[in-house]
Amino acid sequence: MTVALSSREIASQLSSKFPGAIEAAGNDSVLVKSDSLVQVAAYLKDTDGLKFAYLNYITAVDYYSYFEVVYQLTSLEHNRSVILKTRCYGRDNPSVPSVTSLWQGADFQEREIYDLFGIKFEGHPNLKRIFLWDGFPGYPLRKDWNQ
Amino acid sequence: MEIDKDKPYIYSDVELDSHEGRIIEDTKAAGIESIPDPDGWLEETRRNILLTSVDAVINWARRSSLWPAICFPACCAFEFIAAEGPRFDLSRFGMEILRASPRQADLMITAGTLTWKMAPNVRRIYDQMPEPKWVIAMGACGISGGIFRSSYAVVPGYNKIVPVDVYVPGCPPRPEALIYAVQMLQKKIAKEHVVPDLPKFKMPEIPRL
Repeated sequence: MTVALSSREIASQLSSKFPGAIEAAGNDSVLVKSDSLVQVAAYLKDTDGLKFAYLNYITAVDYYSYFEVVYQLTSLEHNRSVILKTRCYGRDNPSVPSVTSLWQGADFQEREIYDLFGIKFEGHPNLKRIFLWDGFPGYPLRKDWNQ
Repeated sequence: MEIDKDKPYIYSDVELDSHEGRIIEDTKAAGIESIPDPDGWLEETRRNILLTSVDAVINWARRSSLWPAICFPACCAFEFIAAEGPRFDLSRFGMEILRASPRQADLMITAGTLTWKMAPNVRRIYDQMPEPKWVIAMGACGISGGIFRSSYAVVPGYNKIVPVDVYVPGCPPRPEALIYAVQMLQKKIAKEHVVPDLPKFKMPEIPRL
């Protein structure tokens, strides 16, 4: 079974490598500033001793005052997992950098989040709606969305 | 959309997406009212008495070889597969052949939830089937949208996009229920009349004295 790595350990390692990039670290997740998300993710993916090469999923949560995008990463080499989170503010044009350059599998999941939450992923190669059709009004998984 | 021959593909992604969106919006706009179920055959008095025997032969042929189109958008399909399989053996009723091409099919079993994104494609399959054609709405989702009825993405009943002949309740319906529905449809087909009615003769009005 995959062991969830203590996020505080990783967070201390990350904040010494990227000063100012880590906002907070709980027991099971690391909160990263969205500006440095791609660098942090690349570091987690490629560094020896971490090697979080497998992206389990991406999802998003609407907390009214901000959106949180959640990434679960697994290191198949070390049998460990960690959850990476980032926040984006504003309901009109929230945006987060895309991680498709690191994980190809992020492509459709980011499109799904764009479709249902309206979060734009900067640098995504083909950001358009995936489940709903072109011209659908609004983003239905937002808390303030009404039919 | 106009074709631009200089492009690597005929249409761009954006054009195709907005075109698809327009089609779905049109289908949605057209699907506000339910399509009335075809029940003109219920009027016994309009049946053509002279051609009854011809009707009988043609209806026998039609109802004994109902070929379903393969168009099963969701989980009720598994009950249909069970009904097709050896235990329930739907082929006893002359409909063992599933047709991958709607051109060769005359029955559409709408097994499962339908989303608005999929709706134009199901409508196209229905349009491609040759006349005469029939539709069985299978399961709660096929009848009314079921538990997904209030969803923004789900068609509330197949009768918003195609006329339905027989409704099979259940979530999902048992294979026996589906077989019963097929038998009901066969009874319905047996009552159809092949030759259209002649225009009714009108008695000239005699002025009363």
